[in-house]
Amino acid sequence: MSAFKNTGHLLRFAGLFVIAFFIFLIVRHFVVPKSFGEYGHYRGNAIKEDAARPSYYAGHEACEGCHSDVADKKSHGKHAHVNCEACHGPQLAHASADDPSKHKPVLPDTTVLCKQCHAASAAKPKNFPQVGDDHMPGMACKDCHNPHSPAMDQAPAEKTASTSKAPQGGKK
Amino acid sequence: MMNRRQILILLPAAAIAWKSVLAGTPEMSPNYKLSEHWWSMLIDITKCIGCGNCVRACSQENNVPDGHFRTWVERYHVNDENMTEPVVISPEGGIHGFPATTDTSDKYFFVPKLCNHCADSPCTQVCPVGATFISPDGVVMVDRTYCLGCAYCVQACPYGCRYIHPELEVADKCDLCYHRITQGLTTACCENCPTGARQLADLKDPKDPIHEFLRTHSVQVLKPQMATGAKVFYNELDGSVH
Amino acid sequence: MNGVEGFMYPNEIGLQWSILIVLYPYITGLVAGAFILASLVRIFRVEAVRPTYRLALLTALSFLLVAPLPLQLHLGHPERSPEMYFTPHSTSAMAMFGYVYLWYLMAVLVFEIWLDYRAEIVHFSKTKKGLVGFIYKVMTLGSTNVSHKALELDEKIGWIVTLIGIPSAFILHGYVGFIFGSIKANPWWNSPLMPVVFIFSAMVSGISAVMLLYMATTKLRGLKIDIACVDTIAMYLFYTFIIDFAVESLDLIHRIYEADESFRSLNFMVHTKLYIPHIVIQIMLGTLTPLILLAITQLFKLPEFVRKRIYVIAGSLIMVGVFAMRWNVVIGGQLFSKSFLGYTTYKLALVTKEGLLAAIALCILPFIFLYALQHFLPPWPEKDNTGVPEATH
Repeated sequence: MSAFKNTGHLLRFAGLFVIAFFIFLIVRHFVVPKSFGEYGHYRGNAIKEDAARPSYYAGHEACEGCHSDVADKKSHGKHAHVNCEACHGPQLAHASADDPSKHKPVLPDTTVLCKQCHAASAAKPKNFPQVGDDHMPGMACKDCHNPHSPAMDQAPAEKTASTSKAPQGGKK
Repeated sequence: MMNRRQILILLPAAAIAWKSVLAGTPEMSPNYKLSEHWWSMLIDITKCIGCGNCVRACSQENNVPDGHFRTWVERYHVNDENMTEPVVISPEGGIHGFPATTDTSDKYFFVPKLCNHCADSPCTQVCPVGATFISPDGVVMVDRTYCLGCAYCVQACPYGCRYIHPELEVADKCDLCYHRITQGLTTACCENCPTGARQLADLKDPKDPIHEFLRTHSVQVLKPQMATGAKVFYNELDGSVH
Repeated sequence: MNGVEGFMYPNEIGLQWSILIVLYPYITGLVAGAFILASLVRIFRVEAVRPTYRLALLTALSFLLVAPLPLQLHLGHPERSPEMYFTPHSTSAMAMFGYVYLWYLMAVLVFEIWLDYRAEIVHFSKTKKGLVGFIYKVMTLGSTNVSHKALELDEKIGWIVTLIGIPSAFILHGYVGFIFGSIKANPWWNSPLMPVVFIFSAMVSGISAVMLLYMATTKLRGLKIDIACVDTIAMYLFYTFIIDFAVESLDLIHRIYEADESFRSLNFMVHTKLYIPHIVIQIMLGTLTPLILLAITQLFKLPEFVRKRIYVIAGSLIMVGVFAMRWNVVIGGQLFSKSFLGYTTYKLALVTKEGLLAAIALCILPFIFLYALQHFLPPWPEKDNTGVPEATH
């Protein structure tokens, strides 16, 4: 024992460490979230919480349920693979409402909307249909094209008379 | 009302999704199994027109703070005399599209970007507390209630896909619209891409068309030298893309 | 517009790590360096620098107490920082911080200081009254055994603690270098030499800091500077600095010679946005000038007053140069795009949480701690008002 006669103060210092360590273990037991480590080094519930965030876009399947006429028209045209909300914006509020008419979507302005995709630019893929500003200036696109099926069976009368260019690119 | 619901039941996948959306289900769809999916995305450079629809949709679906981006689009301009030094622009992440150009003498193309949901992600590796992680179905996500906001993950991402959310002061990033894909829907960006340049893909689903696509196309990931196990695959990716 | 030239990924325009993260490696570096100086006395028996032994320990403690503050201020959610202790992520270099810090603070610095001062603490606990006396009583941990045998044992244990402390100081600061050096996404940081560069620059800055503090405090107390002590410190400073310079040059030469895909971008940055802080302040003023000055003191026999002035100038330049080095690593590493196609600008705010004023306050704080500590634990053995039996060394 005599070897340890003068170690009292050292043991006290070490004792502080041991006490602190046990306090740490106890606190740790209570503060670490229960689902931590469920799948890996993270809070397992975080996955479920992320999955529970609210949506704004309903998805085209939801639209097609009611608007089967539009869906049908669209499915035969060049915009068959352009989904509804790509032009109409997020519509979950409309689609999930008990009375959808209370959340009526705003009708897009085709003079602005169509250009987002179809304005001519050399940066776009060459086979993508594009129109320059000189294509029917002053007219709304929907005056001639049905946005749900934009190809025209027949060129309108005034077009043949005008010098404006037809859309470039795209298959006939 | 009845009529609409009846129609929906005819579309099994959508029906499950739709019901849980309507019911405001607090968790993922009951049929969803974490172990049965391994999410990725396919981006076809040849189809991207730089319309910015994906950026807008992402921003609205995920309340992305202004000036930050979970997805964005870059326009590359490559001169054949200087292939390794492209001129790149991404005005406001391409959220309003891109200025038109009439220059046909050089090469132009668009590159949509988003989190690559790397299988060996450097960002989750450095997180000191386990606040960002790879979910069992292959999505790199952030636990907003656990993140310290130290920004080490932002530094560690080679692709610039992360940012610190200015209001929440936690790391934020693309989570592949986890609330949608677990309900059988696709991501907001894929849903709203008019040309199909972006396709959500499930590598664990043997019927997913991505398998056929990867077999038959020239596909690359961004910065392959980083060896991050990136799972966003680009078709016809130009060598000048950084 | 936004201070952006060329192309940055849109999320890269604002910097994530501010001046506070510059301060953090600077301050931990001073801790590590000061401790190494103290270990010269204890382990390497360099008796000439003994007058700085206790001062070095107290300096290390003062700076170590401040070291986590810039990190806390920078965090978006400082209240969540205990998570680093509760769920440390084994693959994260940063997760080590909490444990390394605590180990270094408690098991090395506080323990060593406590052992070294125990005789005084016990003495004060008996002579001082009121609150001060009570604090000393708590510090004795209820053991007043200051017998010759007990102090002899303390000396032995203290030696072991210092021995453990040297690698601990290396780990404490080496891992800070690893935090940067292990980021493969950032070529400005990504280098296996980074921890080594950090350790040696830390030693250089810490030794300079204690040397300057010793000279300043001795002057302030109206005493004569022990020139043999300062000469010895300057000699060690010089040799450490040569190693530091060699390692940093190796890193630089390697980068220039290898010239990988990031080189053009980084080279441009060093010659434009980083020209003043990197080339002028860090390399010219902060490295080459003090290195030449110190070399002169080693090569020529200069009069004492000239040497002292040179030491002050060289030491101060080193302090500035090492700060510039931290700045160039932390801020410089965020000024270029990871696409290597553009550059952004760091806007140093003034009064925000991470602004210049906060940084200045954090720089002053360690000196306030040191002032308080030296009252409680006087580092001056020759001070006569205590009547303490000279600590057995």
